[in-house]
This record gives sequence, C-alpha cells and structure tokens, in this order.
Amino acid sequence: MRILFKTNYKQDLNLAKHGGHRFWYGLLILVLFAAPLILDGYYIGEATRILIYAMAGLGLMVLTGFTGQVSLGHAAFLAIGAYTNAWFLAQGFSSFVALPMAALLSMIGGLLVAIPAARMSGIYLAIATLAFAIIVEDVAGHLNTITGGNRGMMVDVPILFGYQIWESWELYLFVLSVLVAATLAVLNILRSPLGRAMIAVRDSEVSSQALGVNPMKIKVFAFTVSAAITGLAGAFLAHYMSFLTPQIFGILLSIQLLLMIVLGGLGTVHGVFFGAVLIGVLETGISIAKDIMPSSIGGLPGIEPFVFGAILISVIVFEPTGIYGRWIKIRSYMEFFPIYRRKSFKRQRAYLKTERLR
Amino acid sequence: MSFLEIENLSISFGGVKAVDDVSFAVEEGSVYAIIGPNGAGKSTIFNLLSRFYEPLSGLLNFGGNDLLKLGAKDIARLGIARTFQNLELFEHASVLQNLLVGRHVHNSQSWWRQVLFTSSVIEAELEHRRKVEEVIDFLELAHYRNQMISGLPYGVRKKIELARALCIEPKLLLLDEPSSGLNPEETEEMGFWIEDIRRDLNITVVLIEHNMSLVAEVSDRVLAIVNGRVVAEGDHAFVQSNSEVVSAYLGDVQ
Repeated sequence: MRILFKTNYKQDLNLAKHGGHRFWYGLLILVLFAAPLILDGYYIGEATRILIYAMAGLGLMVLTGFTGQVSLGHAAFLAIGAYTNAWFLAQGFSSFVALPMAALLSMIGGLLVAIPAARMSGIYLAIATLAFAIIVEDVAGHLNTITGGNRGMMVDVPILFGYQIWESWELYLFVLSVLVAATLAVLNILRSPLGRAMIAVRDSEVSSQALGVNPMKIKVFAFTVSAAITGLAGAFLAHYMSFLTPQIFGILLSIQLLLMIVLGGLGTVHGVFFGAVLIGVLETGISIAKDIMPSSIGGLPGIEPFVFGAILISVIVFEPTGIYGRWIKIRSYMEFFPIYRRKSFKRQRAYLKTERLR
Repeated sequence: MSFLEIENLSISFGGVKAVDDVSFAVEEGSVYAIIGPNGAGKSTIFNLLSRFYEPLSGLLNFGGNDLLKLGAKDIARLGIARTFQNLELFEHASVLQNLLVGRHVHNSQSWWRQVLFTSSVIEAELEHRRKVEEVIDFLELAHYRNQMISGLPYGVRKKIELARALCIEPKLLLLDEPSSGLNPEETEEMGFWIEDIRRDLNITVVLIEHNMSLVAEVSDRVLAIVNGRVVAEGDHAFVQSNSEVVSAYLGDVQ
C-alpha cells in the first residue's frame, strides 16, 4: 500500500501522481511503440484496429462518459472523418492537410448537431444523434462524386513529407502517436476548469448553472471535441479499411462504440482502452471461433451482436462500473490484502435530489 | 436602496399561486431568515432568485443589477451563491473537484490553453486550489478532501455544499434549509458557521429554515410566508408571536 506524502498543490495537478505511475505508464508507452519489433504484420494490424477503436471511444467518452450526453450516432463522425481524409488524399494533399481537415469537418458536423442537441437530453438526444448518423450514412451513399456512393471508394495511403506509408507497422506507429496526443489533450481538459464543468453538467445541470457554468456552452464544447477526436479516428479507420462504403458506418458501429465505453467503464479514460482492447480481441476471437466451429453454428448470422449483447447485459448486471471499476477493486484487494472487505465498494444510498426544476 | 430587493414577486404553477405578491428587502451584512410551513413557497423564492423560474410579475434587484435581465448561469457571476434543499452535489467527483467547480466564475483561461495545460493554466489552478483550501480550512473538511461524494454521509455532504457555495466568494449566500437532516450537534455547528460567514467573510445570508432555535440564534430579520403570501416580517420574536404564523404552524385556537 502506497501512502503519498504531499507537500505541494502542484502534485495534484501532475498526470503521473507518483513514481509507480511514471514507471508503469512509461513502460506501457515504450512497449506499445516497440511492439512492431516483436509482433508480425497480422497482429500489428489487429493492434492498429484496437488503437483506432480506442481513439473513437475516447471521443465518445468525452461526450457520454464525462458530459453525460448519450450519442447513438458517433459512427457519423467516423464517416465524416474517413471520407474527408480519403477525399483530400485523393486530391493529392498530404496527410498534414487531410487529417486536420478530417478533424475540422467532423468538428463542424459536431457543432451542427450540438446546437439543437444541447437542448435535449436522455432518450431524445439518443434519437436525434441516431437520426444524424442515418442521414450521414445516407448522404455518403448518394454523394457519388465525392464518396463513390454505394460502390465504395478506394483510400490512398497516408503521405507524410512526401513519404508514403505502406507498411502496417508504420500506420500503427502513426495511429499510436496521434492517439497518445489525443489522450493527453483529453487528460488536460479533465484536469482544467472545462473538464470539471463537464462533470458538473453531467452530474447536476441545475447546480452547475447556480455555480455559473453555462451547460449549453459546455455541451457544445464537448460535442465538438468529441467529434474532432472521433473524426481523426475515422480518418485512420479509412486507412485501416483502405476501401470505404457507407455500410461500414451503420448503426451497429455506433452501438459498438457505446458498448465499448460502457464495458470499459463510463467516465474514465482507462475505461476507453480497456473497452477497446476487449472489443478488439473479442472481434478477432469470434471470427477465429467461427472458423473452428461447425458451419451450422459458425455460419449463423448475427453471432457477433449476440455475443456483444450478452456481454453488455452481464456487465450491467454484475459490474456496472465496467472493467476499470473491477480493476480498481482487484487492485485495492491486493493493496489491503489481509484486511480487504467486500463491502468496501458497496454503494452508499443515494440521497434524494432536488425535484428537477425543468 | 437595499442590497437585495424583491418587489411584488408572483409566480403560479398551473392554478396554484406558489408565490403571491411577495416583497422584502435584505440589508447588506445581515442574516435574513424565511420561515413557513411546507409548500409555502420558500424554495420557490430561491429558485426565482436563481432564475430557474420565470416570475409572472415582480422585480428582483441585487446591488443595482436587475436579475430578471440575466439567465440562471449569470447569477453566480454577480456574487450570489446558493445551496439546495436536497443537495445537488456532483456525485461522481471528489470533494476537491466539487469545490473547484465553485471557482468556475473566476476562471479566465481560454479553452485552447486548457487543452494544452499551459503554465498560465497551472498558475490559475494553483490559485484556485489555494482559495479552495481556505474554505476547506474554514469548514474543517480537510479529512474528506479526496473522497468521492457518493460515499459520504449526509451531514458531510451538507457541509460540502456550503463550502462549494463559499468557493464562489459570494456577496450573498442563499441557504435552503441548512439544518435539515442534521443532528442537534451538527445543527448547532451550522449556526456557528453561519455567524462566522457573516462576521468573518462579510457575506450577507438569506436562509430558509424550519428550526426555530437556529433562526432565533442567527437571524436579524425573519419573514414568514404562508401559502405564498407574506404574513409577517420583523425580528424573530415579533414574527413568532404573530397570530397568523402561530395558526399556520399550530392550527387555529378553538
């Protein structure tokens, strides 16, 4: 068990709170960057997919996990990012233009949704974002000149300084660097006034207003940041897929993203990564299992959604705080080893809240 | 002109006149108590002051500012802080984070600086932290600083909500039933704090309260409301002896 001796308020602002954090997170980043030395192309490809999921999940977590705004349409931002990136690359621009444009256009999309959506909450917001996703998918299907319509669109490889990224490990490192930067940005937001305001809006809009927070502004901010990060993820997804059709960005992808952050642990950055790894590994595992199993079972349609659904239900029933919540429990079990009590994490009763004012 | 002036304030929900032609004024540096039976419209007055509700008619004036021209989110910036009757803390955040949200009105860092967490943001954060620590010291909350709200007992939460309001560095503090749910000891403590807040921090306090001994202890003036109407205003002895107040609380004498 570690007891921190704090001598300075600045210590609480640090991302890595103590030597243990610095060591383990440093090691993790090192291992991730060194992974191409060890793993072969197939697994690097799988890892790239997980990183892209994590980036998209990070975007959704900003909105849903930290600001409390449910989005059932985040695939739309992936689509905007993917097509924008592909289009700009096709016009001969480098990734230095295409990637920021993907983020920017997605951001504008986010802003367009946010302005009406900031006035909605709960189920209405979910339906509105779902509608947005369907519209985007439809538009992508009909804008033949830009997106290639339903016939699809080839995606050029990323170009940096005139260098074309062909190898899967190069793409992996590219995605990883951007993901690290995006994660740092999100962590920075979370430890500054904006992040606290987001959490305030999530937990009690009424009292956040009484404290001078403008919930509308915070929600719009969360939407734009979320859309920008998800748009970037979309841009990389385009490279990963190397061929885009509107069907990729259907409702199932949105739900999968939401599933990911709920499984990982809502309201935590760790949860994004746990969720992404779980979903990524499961997808691979299911497709491998399908090949092994007799075709009467393996050939059944809808095995993936079935497994995901079953897992989602069991997580909500048995561990609503997600994988990260479970990890916290295991960690404190080990820290307090002989004296850990199972009731340590039992939720205290929630006290009645002020009757909602609106 | 008084510090806080409320004139002919009315609001109705459906056919019910929740607040009916209420007027009162609060002097700077005083403690002003609002009493009345349940459903009398006391909290509604607070919610009108916080601009959560739009009044049917009336004037709200605070230090020369017309509150009716402002939105709910602008009230804190004027220096009006409040607590809620049934607690509105940010459950899934630490005590420290809750209190730091109270510093929101004092934040002037642009969003991109916050994303990059530049040195100016760090400086501002340290300053916010120092102010928050002053409040933590004042209300003796140091023990709970890093705990999550969702695991804390009611009495502590009540204190944290008061602390969060103080982090705004308000000029006017609206306390909605500060002693509800507290045991006699905690209630006495609350009374001392209200006195300290007025005397040491120089904050004007308006409180809604059912506990008459607390009201008698801390308040300079008392307003009694029954069914949305003012029935008496004056010092607590005067208000408590008023026959309408007595009948509202105890029933009519046969």
